Amino acid sequence: MSLPKVSSNPHIRSAATTQLIMLTVILALMPAFGYGIYNFGIRALFVCIVCVASTVLSEVVFALITKKKIRVDDLSAVVTGLLLALNLPVSIPLWQAALGSVFAIIVVKELFGGLGKNFMNPALGARCFLLISFPVAMTNFDTDCYTGATPLALLKAGEAVNVKNMILGSIPGTIGETSMIAILIGAVIMLLCGVIDLKIPASYILTFLVFMILFGGHGFDPAFLAAHLAGGGLMLGAFFMATDYVTRPTSAKGQIIFGIFLGILTGLFRVFGPSAEGVSYAIIFGNCLVPLIDKFTVPVPFGINPSEFRKGGKN
Amino acid sequence: MKQISERLYNGIIKENPTFVLTLGMCPTLAVTTSAMNGLGMGLTTCAVLALSNLFISLLRKVIPDKVRIPAFIVIVASFVTMVQLLLEAYLPALNQSLGIYIPLIVVNCIILGRAESYAYHNPPIPSLFDGLGMGLGFTGALTILGIFREFIGSGTFFGNRVFPEEYGVTIFVLAPGAFFVLAALVAVQNYIKAKMEAKGKDTSKIGSGCGMNCMGCPEAKGCSKAEKKAEPEEKAEEKPEIITEAESKAKAEEKAEVKAENKKSEEPKPEVNEEAKAEPVEEAKDESEAESKEDTKEEKKPSSSNSQSINKKKNKGKRRK
Repeated sequence: MSLPKVSSNPHIRSAATTQLIMLTVILALMPAFGYGIYNFGIRALFVCIVCVASTVLSEVVFALITKKKIRVDDLSAVVTGLLLALNLPVSIPLWQAALGSVFAIIVVKELFGGLGKNFMNPALGARCFLLISFPVAMTNFDTDCYTGATPLALLKAGEAVNVKNMILGSIPGTIGETSMIAILIGAVIMLLCGVIDLKIPASYILTFLVFMILFGGHGFDPAFLAAHLAGGGLMLGAFFMATDYVTRPTSAKGQIIFGIFLGILTGLFRVFGPSAEGVSYAIIFGNCLVPLIDKFTVPVPFGINPSEFRKGGKN
Repeated sequence: MKQISERLYNGIIKENPTFVLTLGMCPTLAVTTSAMNGLGMGLTTCAVLALSNLFISLLRKVIPDKVRIPAFIVIVASFVTMVQLLLEAYLPALNQSLGIYIPLIVVNCIILGRAESYAYHNPPIPSLFDGLGMGLGFTGALTILGIFREFIGSGTFFGNRVFPEEYGVTIFVLAPGAFFVLAALVAVQNYIKAKMEAKGKDTSKIGSGCGMNCMGCPEAKGCSKAEKKAEPEEKAEEKPEIITEAESKAKAEEKAEVKAENKKSEEPKPEVNEEAKAEPVEEAKDESEAESKEDTKEEKKPSSSNSQSINKKKNKGKRRK
């Protein structure tokens, strides 16, 4: 009788591969991407193509230079490029979009060891890099269809906004962030496929709502709260950026702490900060704290007395 | 003469304060927004460093061991005040753009570090050139950083426009850009060193980011040199060094006592002169040794604490298992 063949763990394998998950994310981004093109015209498509091409190309070039295996087929570079493009205004010069894409892949992702080792969401890292480097181009939301400030800037100035337009998406903003409905369709796709769960988005958005009720200056005003939910990059950030596998905490408890932290930070930036929007800074700031959150939320292994474990853990 | 050139080489290349020792990071990162600022800050620091080294070395027999740090600070602060007044008078624009970082030279760790580790134990002329070498190394590093940041950030080279301003990547003029450029330059330096090692050249004489300080090194885990080389040496050398330190202190105290006795017996002048004549010769012999010992001392101590922390981590892991 031969011994049963036992492989090393994990013994139960899921069919999900990196490629499949990334493909789901790309699919889920399609509604927002499509609405962006519909809303802002054909230039939005060009920006997306430039970003995706630059991210893929820079990943290939980096792999060639460092003589590593080219792993473009895991599609993570495509997701990074697409997410970055959706976070840029449509009027951005194409060379800046390309520069941001190169920064996302080379500096934020590959220099730290590639996919799975980056401590910060590459697309958001690049967005903040561009925001600091080219503040004028990155906050110029005037297009053929829209002129004037974004709804969030209007809100900050104390003016009235059209909440219905904000939910539908016919407002100025970055390519992918304007339509709450399109993003939510994508979020539902990801939730149904099990790519993400609600822990981070729900704790993030709820904390943000509570913060706005307490400190927003309008109390419980549904129109004001809805405008803050639909405006800016909150939805895109909460469902697509904060849930990035690599840069979120690993444990369930940690993820909820992470969400709460992001909600408070976003609220702080939007209410008390000089700029109208703060989702991207909040998320990359949260990313930096993930190792710390992970350290304090190590789950208790099965079969071990929790109090004993914590004693051991504290020493 | 040889010693002078050795000191200059040591400061500019071998122990470059910015790229090798990574000292004085605060002004390095804050001030190098343009090449001119980097050069100005570097030269200002260089002047203060050379003069303070010289004077600390001249006064090293007078300064009591216990209050040496306050004494150094007083000397350095005097020179910084002078330099600042000169800058205000003759280069007001530079003074304006360097701002608070000029007075902060007083607490620059390169200056205190050189005073403590070199000037306090060595004769004036080598100390002067040690300060000059370190200062020039610092100036060079700051200027290179400034050139890159200014060029990428605003498209100018020492104020002359190279490409239109709208193509400048502003982040390089701001604080994050300093980190990017510094990291890239250190990476280039390590790359060159790795290439030289691969060719079989002896790079131990040329400093690098390594310096066997495994605590501050992110590569320590995967590093072939760090654990193997550092640990046995450290165990063998640490104890004797501590003894020599203690011994030298004891000797110094003895000398002080002898001095005090001499003063009591009212023959201070000839004695002091004899000491002054005799000591430089001794020191010149011991200099290279003393210096290398000091270097290793500085480097070994952190790494020993590092190994302790690693042990702690291991213990933790065991408990959890």
